[in-house]
Amino acid sequence: MSFFPITRATLMKDVRLEWRSKDAINAMLFFSLLVVVIFSFSFDPTAEESRRIAGGLVWVAFLFAAIVALNQTWARELRNQVLDAYRVSPAPANPLFLAKAFGNLIFVMVLEALMTPLFIVFYKLRALGPGWELIPVALLGTWALVVNGTFFAAVSLRTRSREIMLPLLLFPLSIPALLAMVNATTAILTGEQSPQFWIALLLAYDVVFTVACLLLFETVLEAE
Amino acid sequence: MKRGFSILAVVTALLLSFALYEALIGAPTERTMGDVQRIFYYHVPSAWTAFLLFLINFVASVVYLVRRSAEADIVALVSAEVGVVFCTVVLITGPIWARPVWGIWWTWDIRLTLTLVLWLIYVSYLVLRRFSTSSQTSLLAAVLAVFGALDVPLVYFSIWFFRTQHPSPVMGDGGSLDPRMLHVLLINWAAFLCLAWLVCWTRYRLEVLKREVEEAQAMESLLEPTR
Repeated sequence: MSFFPITRATLMKDVRLEWRSKDAINAMLFFSLLVVVIFSFSFDPTAEESRRIAGGLVWVAFLFAAIVALNQTWARELRNQVLDAYRVSPAPANPLFLAKAFGNLIFVMVLEALMTPLFIVFYKLRALGPGWELIPVALLGTWALVVNGTFFAAVSLRTRSREIMLPLLLFPLSIPALLAMVNATTAILTGEQSPQFWIALLLAYDVVFTVACLLLFETVLEAE
Repeated sequence: MKRGFSILAVVTALLLSFALYEALIGAPTERTMGDVQRIFYYHVPSAWTAFLLFLINFVASVVYLVRRSAEADIVALVSAEVGVVFCTVVLITGPIWARPVWGIWWTWDIRLTLTLVLWLIYVSYLVLRRFSTSSQTSLLAAVLAVFGALDVPLVYFSIWFFRTQHPSPVMGDGGSLDPRMLHVLLINWAAFLCLAWLVCWTRYRLEVLKREVEEAQAMESLLEPTR
């Protein structure tokens, strides 16, 4: 089979599974709702303060919530030895990786779309900068989290207590991406600086790590 | 081999004691900072040694990914372990110096942040090696090392934006360092490099022996399946 049919088939299967079970999305939604509520009443920020801290809060909430989706990406394929079957099949590894990464991108973007109104309500947010620029920041930032997250979820499959391992491997590497997302969001919300540098940095991060993941994924998939 | 090891051990001990004397007594006292500046003779050589070891780890990991040689894997493991130790020394001595001189323990300056992120990445590298249940731990670790190396320039650019507070590098265009201080610094670096080499060597031999024992045990259990 060629590249795109495999990607599409795997992606459709994952989306359909998630649509029917809603395991990941429910857990992610409830988790980030808790983060929103707890931080909101522990800080009770004014509109001015929340513009400064919201960027960090939003992305920390999404980062931790994304771990839920990322952890179940490959764990699902361990049941009935699906992953082993994939490994012995002649299909190349990269379409599988891309399908999983796109699947996670969709799940986390849906979460973000649902959570954004709540953030606006609880933190009285109103962007002073160009608000539409939050869309490329969200897209690039989420891809930065899920591309490495999907990759390292496959790595952490081969470890003890794998659910804990994923954040341990992913967070240190994600620091530049997180810094860029948070600073870009804060720059847009406060309208004091241009977020362009941070968006360019996110783009560079995405390109570098997407290429690295595609080059090394087969090695990781084949590792016992 | 064993003789070389003993010679290196003696040289390291002598060099370390001479470097300690030079750093605490031989080197001139800094005019504005006073004696607290002397921690610099431990801080900077540790940092250089740690970065060198992380570089060795990266090269060894790439060699492992290409050639799959066990030696490269052991070199990668050993350099990461010893590198984390030296990096820890850097991260501890830095704030001790910064508190009296800058008035703060920590700041998100470019070199501080980069060192901290490197430390975090290599700790996660060691955690992966320890927690892995795979028979190809080396492979997964080598992949992580490559990702970590790719991360470094991105971390650098992400902080490059801010004004840097760290004293500018003493080598290159800095040029304001007293030649006697530079002399002491280089002696200390030589001593630290010898120490790192000694520890890495010991650890390398230990790891080789450990793998030989594991292999022998595996062979034994294959030969005597009834026991």
